[in-house]
Amino acid sequence: MMNPMPPDQANAVFVARGLTKVYRMGEVEVHALRGIDLTLYQGELVVLLGPSGSGKSTLLNILGGLDAPSGGEVRYLDHTLTGASESELTDFRREHVGFVFQFYNLIPSLTARENVAAVTEISRSPMRPEDALALVGLGNRLDHFPAQLSGGEQQRVAIARAVAKNPAVLLCDEPTGALDSATGVVVLEVLEKVNRELGTLTVLITHNAGIADMADRVIRLSDGQIAEEHRNAHKRPAHELSW
Amino acid sequence: MRALDRKLLRDLWHLRGQVLAIAAVIMGGVATLVMSLSTYDSLGVTRDRFYGEYRFAEVFASLKRAPEPVAERLRALPGVEQLETRVRAGVKLELEGFNDPITGLLLSLPDSGEPLLNALHLKRGGMPQAWSADEVVLSDSFADAHGLQPGDKIAAIINGKRQQLTIAGVAVSPEYIYQIAPGSMFPDFKRYGVLWMGRSALGAAYGMEGAFNQVSLTLARDAREQAVIDRVDAILAPYGGTGAYGRKDQFSNRFLSEELNQLQTTATIFPAIFLGVAAFLLNVVVSRLIALQREQIAILKAFGYRYPAIGWHYVKLVLGMVLLGVAGGVALGAWFGQGLAAVYMETTFRFPYLDYLLNPGIVLVALGVSVVGAVSGTLYSVARAVRLPAAEGMRAEAPEAYRATLIERIGLQRWFGAPTRMILRHIERRPLKSMLTVLGISCACGLMMVGNDQKGAIDFMVDLQFRQAAREDLALTFIEPTSGRALHELAAVPGVGYVEGFRDVPAILRFGHYHYRSAIFGIEPEGQLHRSLDHDYQPVAVPPGGVVLTDHLARNILHVEPGDMLTVEVLEGSRPVLQVPVLGITQQFLGLSAYMQKDSLNALMREGHVVTGAYLAIEPGAEEAVYAKLNARPRVLGMVANRSAIQSFYETIGEFILFYNLVATLLAGSIGFGVVYNSARIALSERGRELASLRVLGFTRGEIAYILLGELALLTLAAIPVGFLVGTGLVGILVLAFESDLYRLPLVLTPQNYAMGATVVIVSALLSGLLMWLRLGRLDLVAVLKTRE
Repeated sequence: MMNPMPPDQANAVFVARGLTKVYRMGEVEVHALRGIDLTLYQGELVVLLGPSGSGKSTLLNILGGLDAPSGGEVRYLDHTLTGASESELTDFRREHVGFVFQFYNLIPSLTARENVAAVTEISRSPMRPEDALALVGLGNRLDHFPAQLSGGEQQRVAIARAVAKNPAVLLCDEPTGALDSATGVVVLEVLEKVNRELGTLTVLITHNAGIADMADRVIRLSDGQIAEEHRNAHKRPAHELSW
Repeated sequence: MRALDRKLLRDLWHLRGQVLAIAAVIMGGVATLVMSLSTYDSLGVTRDRFYGEYRFAEVFASLKRAPEPVAERLRALPGVEQLETRVRAGVKLELEGFNDPITGLLLSLPDSGEPLLNALHLKRGGMPQAWSADEVVLSDSFADAHGLQPGDKIAAIINGKRQQLTIAGVAVSPEYIYQIAPGSMFPDFKRYGVLWMGRSALGAAYGMEGAFNQVSLTLARDAREQAVIDRVDAILAPYGGTGAYGRKDQFSNRFLSEELNQLQTTATIFPAIFLGVAAFLLNVVVSRLIALQREQIAILKAFGYRYPAIGWHYVKLVLGMVLLGVAGGVALGAWFGQGLAAVYMETTFRFPYLDYLLNPGIVLVALGVSVVGAVSGTLYSVARAVRLPAAEGMRAEAPEAYRATLIERIGLQRWFGAPTRMILRHIERRPLKSMLTVLGISCACGLMMVGNDQKGAIDFMVDLQFRQAAREDLALTFIEPTSGRALHELAAVPGVGYVEGFRDVPAILRFGHYHYRSAIFGIEPEGQLHRSLDHDYQPVAVPPGGVVLTDHLARNILHVEPGDMLTVEVLEGSRPVLQVPVLGITQQFLGLSAYMQKDSLNALMREGHVVTGAYLAIEPGAEEAVYAKLNARPRVLGMVANRSAIQSFYETIGEFILFYNLVATLLAGSIGFGVVYNSARIALSERGRELASLRVLGFTRGEIAYILLGELALLTLAAIPVGFLVGTGLVGILVLAFESDLYRLPLVLTPQNYAMGATVVIVSALLSGLLMWLRLGRLDLVAVLKTRE
């Protein structure tokens, strides 16, 4: 059932209430999330900050429809994600979510263009793969295979692949984790550009506090709870960041 | 237990699906080896023991008639240890409720006490009472075929006189383990039997009182067989001796040896193929499996382990799988072996008991071949992995270099979506691996075809023999050479449609130092019933003045070519030695024959129009009347009905083929499934991350299954035609290896053969596909986001 929405939540994309997640690892219960209340809005760039084990990846997985919470409710626009079937979650990911992984996870047997096309071929109103790659600055490397691209370039292909379907949300799990600082900045610039030009809600997980300065909103997780949340009065452009 | 060993056990458990599949491949190969060789060994050992315990004679001689005192001269010959004389006669038998002609052989037993040689193993009942005139011992195959028990009666026409005999016992003799009626090609337990009765009663019936017409003897320790044979021949020649012969030429023993030789061929060729293929598959599968352990190997290296230690660790892992497979294979093979031996003993080797023997050497061979196949694959992959610097091994593998495939480069890419391109590029990226997978699957297909080949080949052989070459309904043998006028009498019997006489002269054929003891068959040159065939299986007339030989007899036994001069030592009458030219070679899969024109043979024997038997065509429906009419004629020694010969052949061999096919199907099937499943499972390990990524991106399970299973399907489809080639090659090898006096298999592959080969591959692929489908449902999508492997 739908709760009545507070007025300020009119353009909310995700609404999570009382999210908990308990893993059972043998005899031990691990509480990954201990009651998270969170609303994410259209066009925001949100950085989820926290050390390993703070629950940030679990939260991202639940938002992305890869995992189900043990308790609480997640709503995406007017859909309830909690309790959705496997195939409904697949459709959700297919239509609305763009993922960017730490290790790019490109298909090595497909060229940059084809990696993007692999996703656009199965979505309803995608952009052209060439346009998506131009957006990330790789308009001139369309027909290169992953083996012929640098790590930063591979990650930019992954971002192009994630945004090409015009998703409502872009979920990025440590997108710069495998890259050096200079290359990482280039990738962040691309994410910033996508967020600004397409207005896609972008959620970025990192344990690197330096990246937080480019966010509209920073949410710090600790021990499965939101420890702190603040808005940056002045977003710093990605190219000014370094770590 | 050391930590690494504990890891080993856990790895084995973790990989249990693949461990079982690999073990299945080994098991298939090993079980075939153990089954075949242990059956061969067991039958050989049993035969030798049976021959020894029941005093099987070493030299045999038949003659027309000699007074008993001649035996004393034979006993006195140097080289003779024990000697026994007997009376032996052909007989026609009648059983109530069974209308086909039954031929029998009557042999004398001492009037009291045990025979000195060729003793009988009684299975039921006892020996005839001393001096009894109407009690007989019956061969067990005949008794069993008709359900006859001690105390039952059987009618015999002995020398033209009908007599009721009582069955005293049912027995097996080392002399008649393999029984074939004269003029027949196969054992027919229902229509041919051997009987033993007291010497004086049998002698009286055949006018052999105080005389004998058969001699058996054993040799003294240092005696030379040929020397003894020559001396025996010299003494028996005036008494109508037809030439003494050793065990080698003794009918039952010769056929048993042939069967055993054939079995030995089966027992070497089949397992060599199965085990060879299994070892190859093992090598491929294991090397890919170990290649997947790259990261772990890098970590072990980082800990400071050296190549030998890491190599040994993985060798132990693989040995675990091999031992499981070998143990299972030995157990299964021993079980099948006992089953196979039992089937053999019912159909061919009628031994009273079986000494089942599993030679430890066989197990060692099985173990050795499997270990070499597995360990070489392991060490190769470990060596490759160890050569990488440890840090590189642990780092994310660089994306593999792909390129557009040939099909795309020639402009067909717009026909393929991204998933199809992934399949094609993946196959082209690793041509060797793809080829090995195709080869492995095609081997399974080929094995299946080999396992199922015999049925089709035998059908073909029988069809050719009985519909083209030997088309008579009845082959009839006279008691002795008879005037050709007898043919007119036969033609006059109501129901007989057509008669063709033949003259059959027992003889030894010699060329150089090769010889073969057989007979020359004089047939009508343009015969309608019994014909010789050329290489295109078409009937061809026998030319006058010389012999035409079965190809196997000419090429492989006598080593003669058309144009050569053959020495023919006739074994009857005045036993002339003749020079006869070889005029041609005839194609025949069953038995061995030397054909001449009947008139030419009569001329060579300096006789008029003489026949020893006749081929008859009988009008449909008239069979029983004709049998009854002919059975009553005293000059008719025996009859073989063509149709019953075919039937009995199928009964005899059918059970054996059924068993063998079942086993071969099972083993080829297990190898096939092992290969296909492992290919699929390893492909999933190699590409699991890629597929999970796609799932995260919103691909459905069906869409990623298409990518994984599409490749498997493509490789499987490619493997089927290759498998047909492999199967044809393997069957060809088998056909060459199977040539024997008894029969040669034609190279015939039926549509069913191909279908079976393709089916095992397709069913394995579908089953593996189903298992992969279930696994794809359990892909860990979350792990993909974080980890590299």
